Amino acid sequence: MALVFRHSAVVRVTHWVNVLCLVVLLMSGMQIYNAHAALYWGKDSHFETPLFQLPARQTEDGEETRAFPYWLTLPGYHDLATGRRWHLFFAWVFVLNGLVYLASGIASGHFRRDLVPTRPQLRHIGASIVEHLRFRFPKGEEAKQYNVLQKIAYLKVIFLLLPIIVLAGFNMSPALNAAFPWLLELFGGRQSARTIHFVAANFIVLFFLVHVAMVIVSGLWNNLRSMITGRYAIEEKRED
Amino acid sequence: MKTDRRRFLASIAALGLAGCEALSTQDWVLKLLGVGEWLNYRLHRLLIPDGKLAREYGEADISPWFKPNGADDIPDPDYQALVKRNFEGWKLEIGGLVEKPLQLSLAELRALPSRTQITRHDCVEGWSCIGKWQGVPLGALLKQAGLSPKANFIVFHCADLHGSDQAPYYESIDLVDAFHPQTILAYQMNGQPLPVAHGAPLRLRVERQLGYKMAKYVMKVEAVESFAELGEGKGGYWEDRGYDWYAGI
Repeated sequence: MALVFRHSAVVRVTHWVNVLCLVVLLMSGMQIYNAHAALYWGKDSHFETPLFQLPARQTEDGEETRAFPYWLTLPGYHDLATGRRWHLFFAWVFVLNGLVYLASGIASGHFRRDLVPTRPQLRHIGASIVEHLRFRFPKGEEAKQYNVLQKIAYLKVIFLLLPIIVLAGFNMSPALNAAFPWLLELFGGRQSARTIHFVAANFIVLFFLVHVAMVIVSGLWNNLRSMITGRYAIEEKRED
Repeated sequence: MKTDRRRFLASIAALGLAGCEALSTQDWVLKLLGVGEWLNYRLHRLLIPDGKLAREYGEADISPWFKPNGADDIPDPDYQALVKRNFEGWKLEIGGLVEKPLQLSLAELRALPSRTQITRHDCVEGWSCIGKWQGVPLGALLKQAGLSPKANFIVFHCADLHGSDQAPYYESIDLVDAFHPQTILAYQMNGQPLPVAHGAPLRLRVERQLGYKMAKYVMKVEAVESFAELGEGKGGYWEDRGYDWYAGI
């Protein structure tokens, strides 16, 4: 067993700030969704033919609702105004935190060094998938770098999913629509942008679930410690 | 040991949830969260040219049904009487910090140069509808009345009363939006006189902000230095109930 230094201070701090931001954004986002619990495609809302609605259920008062339950939202009762406040404040924290992470990742070479898959890794991607499915994780020298599947997942979240959700969020601003009409066209209109924002949020939840599951099965305390103190224990590879 | 840890984690989670609840009602928290609104307002005013137009759509894009929100009628007998006689005798007042206060009838407003625009209306709830609006540019009216250099905001006083305390609807915008070419007092919607459900006789259009800024049933336009003395002092009916004054996002 050897302790190696795995995560820089910037990565660790921005990681936890990001966790806080995404939790608040998700919960307040559901509050905002509940104000009009239907999604549409295109420029405007065709109320008779929504693209998506949650299944109807009964509230405690016996009313029918298609909203998220309020114990999931922020605040934990119907309050769109305060939900928007949480959302629009933490959107700023999220974006600024993300910019710090990106700038440091580029400047320090973290992305190039640690996130871009190496050629040998890409060649053995099939074997990696099989090992993951059998819940067998790299040990020894191999465990010092991110696994190829891990790298691809992180790259997609950092450079695809999160930018999409931010831009889709921008597109819900009528002022930014006036400033950047081409951006709205790119997303197919304001109601499409709202739908894409919602779908992207679901993908973040999916990533979160898989991420936490992998953290748990590949060594919960070791992983947690590495994201708090930076130090990660490498298990010796046994030749058997 | 295990159960202790589990109980500890559960109490942390419960504390977190209760904390969020408690935080959402704290004045200082709401003020701190309001920094987001301030940043959005400042950044938008800095980055977006003052006269930059909102996207305008074609006739074919007009929504088959435009959802009326907030008040869709006013039970007040005086208002009902005005509706019955097609707002004959009604006058829009323009006052406050202006050189010559104006009183304009609907016919006089209709005789002024107008602007017609097909724009998207975005409700704070999340839905959007596209409609065609015709009306008098607010900037032209303010020029005619001679806006005082002391004026910072334009306030719209409306005929509709809301909530259990029957508070009057009002709204306010800054001078950038007041003089924006698409900011009009609309008397026509989709080629017809503005229906009661959409704010007859006159509704404000502020195309780069959300729907709640676009006051319906406008009776009086007032130029002010500050809106601190109006309503609860936040600049609008919904603002007094926690919504952002700047609704550009």
